[in-house]
Amino acid sequence: MQEKPVISVRDLVVGFGDTIVLDHLSLDVLPGEILGVVGGSGSGKSVLLRTIIGLLPKREGMIEVLGVDLDKADEEERRSLERRWGVLFQQGALFSSLTVRQNVQFPMRENLKLSPRLLDEMALAKLEMVGLTPADADKFPAELSGGMTKRAALARALALDPEIVFLDEPTSGLDPISAGDFDALIKTLQRTLGLTVFMVTHDLESLYTVCDRIAALADGRIVAVGPMATILECKHPWVQTYFQGKRGGVLTGRIGQLVN
Amino acid sequence: MVSNRSLLTAKFEDGQLELAAGGSWTAAHANELESLVDGVAEDASRARSVSIDMHGVREFDTFGAWLLERLTRQWSAAGRAASIVGLPEHDRTLLKEMSGVNRSSSAPPASEYGLLVALAAIGRGAAGIGRDLLGFANMFGAIGVAAVRVLTRPRDFRFTSAVHQLDRVCWQAVPIILLITFLIGGIIAQQGIFHFRKFGAELYAVDLVGILILREIGVLIVAIMVAGRSGSSYTAELGSMMMREEIDALRTMGFDPVEVLILPRVLVLIVALPALTFIGCMAALYGGGLVAFLYAGMSPEIYISRLEEAISLTHFKVGMIKAPFMGLVIGVVACTEGLLVKGSAESLGLQTTASVVKSIFLVIVLDGLFAIFFASIGM
Repeated sequence: MQEKPVISVRDLVVGFGDTIVLDHLSLDVLPGEILGVVGGSGSGKSVLLRTIIGLLPKREGMIEVLGVDLDKADEEERRSLERRWGVLFQQGALFSSLTVRQNVQFPMRENLKLSPRLLDEMALAKLEMVGLTPADADKFPAELSGGMTKRAALARALALDPEIVFLDEPTSGLDPISAGDFDALIKTLQRTLGLTVFMVTHDLESLYTVCDRIAALADGRIVAVGPMATILECKHPWVQTYFQGKRGGVLTGRIGQLVN
Repeated sequence: MVSNRSLLTAKFEDGQLELAAGGSWTAAHANELESLVDGVAEDASRARSVSIDMHGVREFDTFGAWLLERLTRQWSAAGRAASIVGLPEHDRTLLKEMSGVNRSSSAPPASEYGLLVALAAIGRGAAGIGRDLLGFANMFGAIGVAAVRVLTRPRDFRFTSAVHQLDRVCWQAVPIILLITFLIGGIIAQQGIFHFRKFGAELYAVDLVGILILREIGVLIVAIMVAGRSGSSYTAELGSMMMREEIDALRTMGFDPVEVLILPRVLVLIVALPALTFIGCMAALYGGGLVAFLYAGMSPEIYISRLEEAISLTHFKVGMIKAPFMGLVIGVVACTEGLLVKGSAESLGLQTTASVVKSIFLVIVLDGLFAIFFASIGM
């Protein structure tokens, strides 16, 4: 693992008022991997994601994305960096007054000079890549089901062919079958597009099936990071409960059988 | 920056078109690439066979992959076989992914222009007015039913909610109502004095102020203010509740949203409007008196005694009787529009605007109807 990390977080401290959410947290994301960040509710998984993409201010520490230090980057550098990542928000965050097609076209229209024909073709291409049909393109976000919303939001996140995709709880609110489909979709897209995926989740199934590495977040820091096997050996009480608990245990058992 | 030439170069030799691609076939160059690709697509019709060498390509993303796919599709449509060489395995999967997309043509729905569309818009507008009136009548009926139901079971009335609304709609509106009506009273007095002075009839400006304020202006200004202030907030509140399915949740728990949310709000408006109108009228008369004193040197005693002669209880009653009806109209319109909000942020804005515009319009229409009514009964 000598590759230069795509995202590198050092000694990050984030807090609101008197509470410290992230306490000197350090984490590396390697190129081309799918990193899953797990943690209990309120442990600061989403806070970590939102701090990396610059939606929340940090108190201390350093964040470097694609070799750019976010503190030192000026307006122009930041903008060009933001074009190189895509974000899938938990609720999709599709613009409700635009159709799905217009949602996907929005980043393309703003950042690239494209002919209307190419704009249409690319939008439909992205929608078909995430498994939506051309018939869905002219629907409004309010007319979509939960799974379709996530897919459309993923298409928008992928609109500019980013190098990194941030996913905030991509499978929450989906039934197990849709969630499985969505996991498979992320894996396929990651392979074909060579993406680096930073995924916040507490879906055990996703962790087992798609993540190359897992980072467990507890007490404001990363208590374990590595492939599944490393995480299972971690002695931290929260990690133990999470993976060996009633729901985790069943899956761990199943994975154990598969490995054997 | 990579020059256009190196992105795609064409060589045409005895019926054989050889293309060499290079540089970055990525989103950033998609525009130049498209014109290049379209250029060679036409050349291909003259060629017997076509080959494209992708060895020189350093970066390749979905934009590049789609344009390559589009190129090969155009060739195969023209009956020419194209061979692609030198594409790395990884990019080949991306190209394969692209071969499935955009097969079914689905252009965005074409927009039409012209006379027919204009006529259709007029028709739809007329139908919309009818639908609006029907909607208001429906809401009025629903509120009536809920009110009767609550009368038989008074304990079901949302008293806390009503008090909270009364605080927001009535009590918190007092300062702004006082200020605006005070200014309006002053302005009317000044204008009256200025114009009546030419006839030496300054004293009659007091008649003007008194009658105008008590009969018409006081209640109208207050109603318009409340429609803009509270009607819009009712629509936005109910609308965002619609968006987050809160109203559906209420329904499934066996509550009637009209009884829980709308009845207290509308009742509060019916109570608040007369109260605010009274306060507003007093502030306007005070403002008129102050201007008469400062501008025309009319002493307060003269102003008050003139006012006593000019106005009667009838004028006061005419204004106050109208107030609760205006409150009812504002409440019905605001709540109806609120329940029409769909899922999008745009629709929330649209309905809120519609709520304010329609309630102000209806308030003025109602005022006109009352004027006819009071004239015919001699009030």
